[in-house]
Amino acid sequence: MTKTKRKRLIYNLITFSVVIAAYLILQHMIDAKTITRSLKGQLVPICAWIVMAVSLNLVIGFSGELSLGHAGFMSVGAYTGAVVSGWLLNAFQMENTVLRLVLAIVAGGILAGIAGVVIGIPVLRLRGDYLAIVTLAFGEIIRNLVNVLYIGTSEGHLNFSFLHKNLPESAVILVDGAKGAVKIKPISTFTVGFVLILITLIIVLNLVNSRAGRAIQATRDNRIAAESMGVSVTKYKMMAFVTAAVLAGMAGALYGLNSSTVVPTQFTFNQSINVLVFVVLGGLGNVLGSVISAAFLTVLPEVLREFADYRMLVYAIVLILVMIFTNNPAIRSLVNRLISPVKALLRGRQPSALQGGDKA
Amino acid sequence: MKKIIALALAFMMIWSVCTAVAEDVITLKIAHIGPTTGAAALYGLATLHGAEIAVQEINEAGGKYRIELINEDDEHNVEKVINAYNAALDAGAQMILGTTTSKPCEAAGALGYTDRVFFLTPSASSTAVIEDKDNVFQICFTDPNQGRASAQYIADHQLGTKIAVIYNNADVYSTGIRDTFVEEAAAKNLEIVSESTFTDETTDFTVQVADAQNAGAEIVFLPMYYTPASMILKTAADKAYAPIFFGVDGMDGILSVEGFDTSLAEGVMLLTPFVATSKDEKVVSFVNKYQAAYNEIPIQFAADAYDGIYILVQAAEKAGITSDMSPEEACDLLIAAIQEITVDGITGSMTWDESGAVTKTPLAATIVNGEYVFED
Amino acid sequence: MIFLDNLINGLSLGSIYAIIALGYTMVYGIAKMLNFAHGDVIMIGAYVAFCGLQYWGLPPVLAIAVSMIACTVLGVTIEGLAYRPLRQAASLAVLITAIGMSYLLQNTALMIWGANPKSFPTTFINSVSIRLGRLNISIATLITIFANIVIMVSLTLFTAKTKMGKAMRCVSEDRGAAELMGINVNRTISVTFAIGSALAAIAGVLLCSSYPILQPTTGSMPGIKAFTAAVFGGIGSIPGAMLGGVLLGVIEIFGKAYISTELGDAIVFAVLIVVLLVKPTGLLGRPIREKV
Repeated sequence: MTKTKRKRLIYNLITFSVVIAAYLILQHMIDAKTITRSLKGQLVPICAWIVMAVSLNLVIGFSGELSLGHAGFMSVGAYTGAVVSGWLLNAFQMENTVLRLVLAIVAGGILAGIAGVVIGIPVLRLRGDYLAIVTLAFGEIIRNLVNVLYIGTSEGHLNFSFLHKNLPESAVILVDGAKGAVKIKPISTFTVGFVLILITLIIVLNLVNSRAGRAIQATRDNRIAAESMGVSVTKYKMMAFVTAAVLAGMAGALYGLNSSTVVPTQFTFNQSINVLVFVVLGGLGNVLGSVISAAFLTVLPEVLREFADYRMLVYAIVLILVMIFTNNPAIRSLVNRLISPVKALLRGRQPSALQGGDKA
Repeated sequence: MKKIIALALAFMMIWSVCTAVAEDVITLKIAHIGPTTGAAALYGLATLHGAEIAVQEINEAGGKYRIELINEDDEHNVEKVINAYNAALDAGAQMILGTTTSKPCEAAGALGYTDRVFFLTPSASSTAVIEDKDNVFQICFTDPNQGRASAQYIADHQLGTKIAVIYNNADVYSTGIRDTFVEEAAAKNLEIVSESTFTDETTDFTVQVADAQNAGAEIVFLPMYYTPASMILKTAADKAYAPIFFGVDGMDGILSVEGFDTSLAEGVMLLTPFVATSKDEKVVSFVNKYQAAYNEIPIQFAADAYDGIYILVQAAEKAGITSDMSPEEACDLLIAAIQEITVDGITGSMTWDESGAVTKTPLAATIVNGEYVFED
Repeated sequence: MIFLDNLINGLSLGSIYAIIALGYTMVYGIAKMLNFAHGDVIMIGAYVAFCGLQYWGLPPVLAIAVSMIACTVLGVTIEGLAYRPLRQAASLAVLITAIGMSYLLQNTALMIWGANPKSFPTTFINSVSIRLGRLNISIATLITIFANIVIMVSLTLFTAKTKMGKAMRCVSEDRGAAELMGINVNRTISVTFAIGSALAAIAGVLLCSSYPILQPTTGSMPGIKAFTAAVFGGIGSIPGAMLGGVLLGVIEIFGKAYISTELGDAIVFAVLIVVLLVKPTGLLGRPIREKV
């Protein structure tokens, strides 16, 4: 018991120190002006994608449910963030950008959490691929609804209209249907993104290592055994699902407020798949893996810019090769034998492979 | 011996070219940003290819300016466009020809406004692209203008009074035109009898066409690109429904879709500044070169970008841009210069005001026997 | 009359979804993987048929045959190179590989055929349309619905009667036991991919005959819808894929026609969710038995 605890502690320490070290190095590069524009511009999105990946890992890796609608929660957060920030600025003349950003992120998290509860209640009754397809469906429904949503602010109030644009003349338009959230003042900063990553890591690692977290993992490994031990499966799955939704909402707000506009087409099913790729490549249940793979895969297409039009082709090939090399049993056992001493130290807990469908 | 002479001659030529460069040639570094991969690749590749033709012409003509074209892919994505923009500036771009599509242009243009970088977009047509920023200029019409002009044209020529509108409600271009069209139609006593929408992923248009047909629409207004438009024409033909189809500049290109049965487009009307089948000398030359290089007939996007390079060169000349100017230094000079020039391009004669919108005249064309015929 | 018109349109769209869904469901049933690249195999099939008709001047039947052969080869190659090394890996790893394959096919098509859309030559298939009063039914629609029924029946017979079909059912039931019984599992899975990909070629031609725009991304949305349809009907079940596909098409058309075109897709997905809540394994799916 103590051995596992120590292992876990080392794993957590490594995770945090990697993130903090990366932040310090990058911050130093920014101060010394040795960073390229291109990398600097990607820092906030990278933070957002890391939070997305870690939170999705909570659902897929620890709770064992395949969710394909994670981008939906991100869009709820992004829109909420944009509206709250615009509203605070227009109605209350709140000029403090950091405060506005923090409030927007909190609001994004809360609304995405509510969406998580609403969606989680029906969804978590299902299993395996059926659950996956329903999360996909919810993601698409959210996108469809946001596409016909109009929000403005006038005289300190928020005005909403749905399907047809029907806002007061004097209103400042914040969300304009298919045109998305418009005229956002970009206020996201790398430091806030970094803090958000730290908060996410603290929440997720604590949850995973708590009593609730063990219950969540027990329901993944053997639902029936967990149930017969008196673990309320729905309650714990719900806990993981909603936590992940809240974190995705916060990431969404950070992401949305990094650019002057947000459109519904940014949060399609393909975006959910992208986050899924981060999680699987990083290793199910491996938080540090999610962090690294999210950062790596976000930067990769940019590094491949030299290949010009062949870039996405190369990206696809790299993705396939990496999957084959990391998952083929023959190659894997060879690699394991070579680096097993290092690996044993790095890995706090052996992530057990997730089976997509329930075993009959 | 022959070889040595040839070699010596070659050296002399290179040397003379080099000295010429050293003396008075100015190299402009222009970055094209647009989606060259992904679902919108067709537009990004068109603008890239159009620009490449112009660059080749200018560099071969050997005048005062040489152009170094940098290309960055934005995947038609609001996040990626920022990366593309930053990568372009890292690569030393002095000004941007782009971005091709509206939403990415809105995001990158806003960043360029704070950074002071000059944008000339060939085809991003929403008003949000130029609103609240002085650094972004357009080559194409803004969407509201097109919507208004279309309604006016229909009313003035008394084409009919019962109108159906089918538009893409997930697309900025389509909704932008539709909004002012509906407004202007009401002012002109035109009746909108049916309105239906689709999205980028829609493959089936039977419901939308049936709705227009059952409402008895005489005119179907199609504010969209030619890809969905061609499907709507096909669906209408299947249903033996033949109203007047009225399109906008995005419709150009429909006749050159490989394998398209042009008889389906018979009688379609559209307002556009450019058609590839025009007999104008400059257009013919451009279309021939484009076909030779890319084995395709250029669409309007390509023509806009082709003009874009010439506009940038003309503005750079006016502004006195030099090879070693940074984008920040060039930006304000270019903003002032572009408002003073008039450019006669293949998409018409163009001038700009401080809003960033272009002034040029659209032409009304009708498709007859698989070719455009101009009215007025 | 409008109702009938919508119904026929819905059946036609649904039949296309159904044929695509058959590919998903067969591969899922036997290899237990979601082949995300299936939609893109459809796109490749349509492009090959397009080349046959437009460039090589082949008669339609021959063009379709060439396209089927090309897709079969492609499907078996993909399976052998990318999926077979991952036979023992977690199903999610295979899923990601399939997604990578989907990107690869789309970008390859972009390289080969360019980004400009092609219009699928449809003159051979709908030069005529049948008129019944005010009702217009195009030949493409009739062929699509007919092809769907033929494919469904022959696939059902194939899996029920032939030796290979029995092997497939056996592998689908219990792969380990099948192997012990001397069934060549790899070969069975390859054959499944071959059939699924040949169906994809037919689906591609039918899709593009009814909706004639062909682009590198043509296959992705119908692919996702068909995947939804397969789950809707109960994934792994052949009649389920058929039923799910047809229903999905009809619901999509009716939702757009009678409720709102703006919310068309939202309605489809909402119906799907409701159905799955009532019947958690799809319409014709087998209930999940749990062993303790």
